[in-house]
Amino acid sequence: MYDFNYTQAKNVDEAASTFGSASDASYLAGGMTLIPTLKQRLAAPSDLIDLGKIGDLEGITVSGDSVRIGAMTRHAVVAASAEVQKAIPALAKLAGGIGDPMVRNRGTMGGSIANNDPAADYPAAVVGLGATVHTSKRDIAGDDFFTGMFETALEPGEIVTGVTYPIPDKAAYVKFPNPASRYAIVGAFVSKTGGEVRVAVTGAGPCVFRADEMEKALAGDFSAKAIENIKVPADGLNSDIHATAEYRANLVTVIAKRAVAEA
Amino acid sequence: MKVSMRVNGREVTGDVEARTLLVEFLRYNLGLTGTHVGCDTSQCGACTVHVDGKAIKSCTALAVQLDGGDVTTIEGLAKDGELHPMQEAFRENHGLQCGFCTPGMVMSAVDIVRRHPEPDEHTIREELEGNICRCTGYHNIVKAIAAGAAAMRRA
Repeated sequence: MYDFNYTQAKNVDEAASTFGSASDASYLAGGMTLIPTLKQRLAAPSDLIDLGKIGDLEGITVSGDSVRIGAMTRHAVVAASAEVQKAIPALAKLAGGIGDPMVRNRGTMGGSIANNDPAADYPAAVVGLGATVHTSKRDIAGDDFFTGMFETALEPGEIVTGVTYPIPDKAAYVKFPNPASRYAIVGAFVSKTGGEVRVAVTGAGPCVFRADEMEKALAGDFSAKAIENIKVPADGLNSDIHATAEYRANLVTVIAKRAVAEA
Repeated sequence: MKVSMRVNGREVTGDVEARTLLVEFLRYNLGLTGTHVGCDTSQCGACTVHVDGKAIKSCTALAVQLDGGDVTTIEGLAKDGELHPMQEAFRENHGLQCGFCTPGMVMSAVDIVRRHPEPDEHTIREELEGNICRCTGYHNIVKAIAAGAAAMRRA
């Protein structure tokens, strides 16, 4: 790992101003992706600005129809939260299935969505629930936040402060994890809120996406049977040593059906 | 950079680079070589320690991030010359083959019992997700953790 300047920010404003005055800074959240990346010398920021001691960025608030989770809330905290388990059990289950117990004790929701790994779990919840991402500058609709592989709508220096998830009538998240890394080969987050159905797919493509045809079919008939013949095109899906694009395309239907059945 | 933390109940300080990992600080600055580095890629869990009571991988945290933290390593589990019930259970059940992964296994096991005081076999196997035994000696490790959990309930 190359050395860097390290700053522990006391608040979001201080973090953003430190970022602005550095030549090539990165924010450090839980570090579960960034630190391994630095160790492999795949990144060499001049400055690391640690968000870990900003208490305002942690916590879970449930109001009437939504759950707000602070960006620096650890996966283990979301998974174990009785409030989240009651309001959106699918979200607690998703958080409890990320990485392994030690990773969940460090990794954060904000770090996960800001990094936008193609196989990360949280992007599926943000899109699958139609959540709103709060940042140091503005609110961004979940549908507009993830823009491509490791790309988001965040501007340089902009900090995710939290996410508000609407509470659905029902929802489920099912993933087919890579047996070694536990990242999703394919994960599907399905929700139904009034007449609106969402199916968000992670792991399969370069970035989380909505399976529109499945959503339409499920809006008429919310059952696994309603989508059994709907396939997403394999074109443009990820293909690697773990699974071909065709395999992933098939898996999307299989996993989405399981999610609908579980919701 | 100066870093201060509590390690196994003792206040310690040290001079480190920003890039110094917690495991490097423990092993090289403090000489606590019970915490092992297995894979160095955040997967194997041999480097597991507790920070503020929770298990983390010390190869994937910077020492400076944990300034002011309360760290327990494998060396901090035994009290007054008596093995911790989980260490004793690993010994009793031969929960090791080469022993390299054992410090991480024991530290994870204590964290598992914190969250699941009466873990069944399935829970133990699921919760060992982040600890790899290259000898594949999982069977006795799982037995040891079940026995250690029972002993911790009696303690």
